[in-house]
Amino acid sequence: MSHPPRHSTSRAPLLVSYSLAVFAFLYLPILVLIAYSFNRDGVGGFPPHHLTLDWYRLLFADSPIWDALLNSLLVAAASIVISLSLGLLAALALDRADFPGKSLFRRLVLLPLILPGLITGLSLLMFSVFAGLKLSLFTVLLGHGTALISVATTELFAGLQKLDRSLEEASLDLGATPWKTFWRVTLPGLRLPLIASALLIFTLSMDEIAVSFFLIGRDNTLPLEIWGRLRRGITPEINAVSTLIFAASVVLILIWHRLRTRALAPKLD
Amino acid sequence: MYSRLYKSLISIPPLAWVAVFLLLPYALMLAHSFWAVRQGFLVHDWTLSNYRTLFSHPVYLQVLFRTLRIAASVTLCSVLLGYPLAYYLSFHAGPRKQLLYQLVIVPLWVSYLVRGYAWKTILGTDGVLNGFLHYLHLTTEPASFLLYSPFSVVLMLTHIYTPFVFLPIYASLEQIPRPLLEASHDLGAGPRSTFLRVVLPLSLPGLLAGSTFAFLLTLGDFLAPLLVGGPSGTMIANIVQSLFGAAYDWPLGAAISMCILLLILSILFLTERLEKRWSHTGASR
Repeated sequence: MSHPPRHSTSRAPLLVSYSLAVFAFLYLPILVLIAYSFNRDGVGGFPPHHLTLDWYRLLFADSPIWDALLNSLLVAAASIVISLSLGLLAALALDRADFPGKSLFRRLVLLPLILPGLITGLSLLMFSVFAGLKLSLFTVLLGHGTALISVATTELFAGLQKLDRSLEEASLDLGATPWKTFWRVTLPGLRLPLIASALLIFTLSMDEIAVSFFLIGRDNTLPLEIWGRLRRGITPEINAVSTLIFAASVVLILIWHRLRTRALAPKLD
Repeated sequence: MYSRLYKSLISIPPLAWVAVFLLLPYALMLAHSFWAVRQGFLVHDWTLSNYRTLFSHPVYLQVLFRTLRIAASVTLCSVLLGYPLAYYLSFHAGPRKQLLYQLVIVPLWVSYLVRGYAWKTILGTDGVLNGFLHYLHLTTEPASFLLYSPFSVVLMLTHIYTPFVFLPIYASLEQIPRPLLEASHDLGAGPRSTFLRVVLPLSLPGLLAGSTFAFLLTLGDFLAPLLVGGPSGTMIANIVQSLFGAAYDWPLGAAISMCILLLILSILFLTERLEKRWSHTGASR
């Protein structure tokens, strides 16, 4: 790696302190949130005193929260199945098939990535009414599954670009059927991007509110259960559940990041 | 090398799914925007009255302008925070680069709701910030203007979108060939003119991508105003959301949504053109 030009270091102190301030801005709110989950006297005031684990105890006995978590896990797991399989096919189609309207299809698939959840949620709400579907976890799943195909397609298309096409050719030349080649060569070659996108879909689905907001029936997902409580008045119990969600997302991100670096790094052996 | 059967097997399922669950719903939204509500019932009479209402009542345009202002502020603030950070990481962080990069990535994937809620507890009248100021004897009365204002919406969304803006800028800075900077230095350019004439132009595509992202996602956000915005922080998406809820006027809500959609698609179209031009003229690699 080449060294940076020497003259630039003279401006570094200012830049370093500015960057530190940005990091503080990014992390302070989360640290405050965590600190107050141990505060007996509520979510505000300063300094926090009377440290307690009571809010966590309350949280563990709070069955609506756990039901909502279970619902969220169900929706996320099913979203992975839908988005991943359709995203894989979409990525394959964009990579190796030609059909009329291909560029329109590419744009449409990726659209939910950049469109606000409001548009995706409302259009699917109108679709559900039109199709006579009752709003439930199923309609929420339809929303997540459809919106997150974009994520899987992006990740897997990038993975396909790096895949050595000659391996598939060799497999076909040696007499393997296309079906067998798909299972034995293509899929194993995409193992890391598949796992990475599954984790990404899981995280995004677990956190999703804007689309679910319009498609939810009687059973809440975890973010919507928390959302409902925010309107009824807040206690450090919400800080406690937020802290646990934060911890869980950090673990998932670290796994995702590790997989991604491994997928992008050149093979050493 | 792939057979026709293989090609149809990989393209038909995603095409069908996208047609039924993406294209058809958008078409239904378009259709709703030309329908009407009479005596509390949706009727399928084709009319332009929703669009007429939209442009004849100043309240909709007012809220739209406020939304654009908030989105522009969020974009500007996120760039002001994200660009220097990306610059520092790319050019000055040295061996700590990877670790710091991961530290920016973490907040990116931390729940929107968790981060929005954190700001609510910090900015409220009985919140952490007011408690802190009181503790330092800087204020005697709690400041109530912190929460429930356009300011708190901008603050919360800047917090959420700064990492999003950082990422593409960082990627484009990382792609700048380092010998270019040395060449600029050797040819007598100072740090300022090296930045303005080499680094900044080459990072424009990343800057554009990040800004577009922050701007468009703020444009359609209705959760931040509900969480921390209050009546003075209401944005256009909140009007849509209430028309689909208590106010029950789906056609008018659909008409506003179509306008938002059109606005977003035209911005995407423009930025795509701009990016193509910049990546042709800017990067002479």
